[in-house]
Amino acid sequence: MNIWLVMVLGGLITFGMRFSFIFLFGRFEVPETMRRALHYVPPAVLSAIIFPELLIRNGSFDITLDNTRLLAGIVAIVTAWYSRSTLLTILIGMAALFLIQWIL
Amino acid sequence: MNERRNNFIEGIRSEIPLLLGVFPFGMIYGALALNAGLSNAAAQMMSSIVFAGSAQFVTAQLVKDITPGLVIILTIAVVNLRHVLYSASLAPHLKDLSLRWKVLLSYLLTDEAYAPSVLYYEKEGSSEYKHWFLFGAGISLWTTWQISTAIGIFLGAAIPESWSLDFALPLTFIAMLVPVLKKQPMVAAALSAGITALLAYSLPFKLGLILAALVGIVVGTMLEGSKSTKAAQ
Repeated sequence: MNIWLVMVLGGLITFGMRFSFIFLFGRFEVPETMRRALHYVPPAVLSAIIFPELLIRNGSFDITLDNTRLLAGIVAIVTAWYSRSTLLTILIGMAALFLIQWIL
Repeated sequence: MNERRNNFIEGIRSEIPLLLGVFPFGMIYGALALNAGLSNAAAQMMSSIVFAGSAQFVTAQLVKDITPGLVIILTIAVVNLRHVLYSASLAPHLKDLSLRWKVLLSYLLTDEAYAPSVLYYEKEGSSEYKHWFLFGAGISLWTTWQISTAIGIFLGAAIPESWSLDFALPLTFIAMLVPVLKKQPMVAAALSAGITALLAYSLPFKLGLILAALVGIVVGTMLEGSKSTKAAQ
């Protein structure tokens, strides 16, 4: 599918969700289960992307020391845990990747 | 007229601290979207068509991984589902506005515009012009997002490919994920989604991503549910 079509449809869906209750006010309530489920969207989607990014190299599972992205990723996870800073996590993670690639 | 302006300016003022965080984020998005293979125009237009930070990062990642369009759209929908809650939460405050205002404010309704506005509305009660607050917060965020994206695209074009800039995308996701892992159900949601994504990696059309996200959401929700029922007993 063309990237522009993807963006337009993705944008329309996003707008539709933002507009939904503002438009339909008073006719529906958000069910409690959905309210609760929404808290788990970020950790679920983000991990679903991060795990394969770090653990699968060239199509197969790789937890050896040759997997430089996994090692740098672990450094980034520790950084994020202690700093809670997006910028610092990216900078240290990238620096770790350079360093590890340079050493190995 | 004066109250209109005051609300508008108050909205912008409340947004300024958030803008400081948004600006580098927009630049990173611009640079990474380019690196993921989007054209300059597509990277820039996504910031105005979709106008949702995390969904744009995720889209860039999926475009890089050559994901089918339908799966990307589905993922955008899941990632942005929380906006339904914002819409529900602000709806009573906006119910008397014209359709034109409702459309405009809905388009501008991001996490960063919602947060200060809902606080203001709950505190302020009923000013006839309080929607100007949301408009001020939303439009200042929108402008910042477009400009920072443009600068990111400009700078991103100058970064050599040997820098493995694409790795900054998963790093951004790590930075977003780790701080929310405070409670057990959150950790369980993250782990179950991650493991499912690995097991389902070879599913066609990258459907493993959607499956993994759903597994994580269900696991987290059920764990929280069973905990709160235990607590109630």
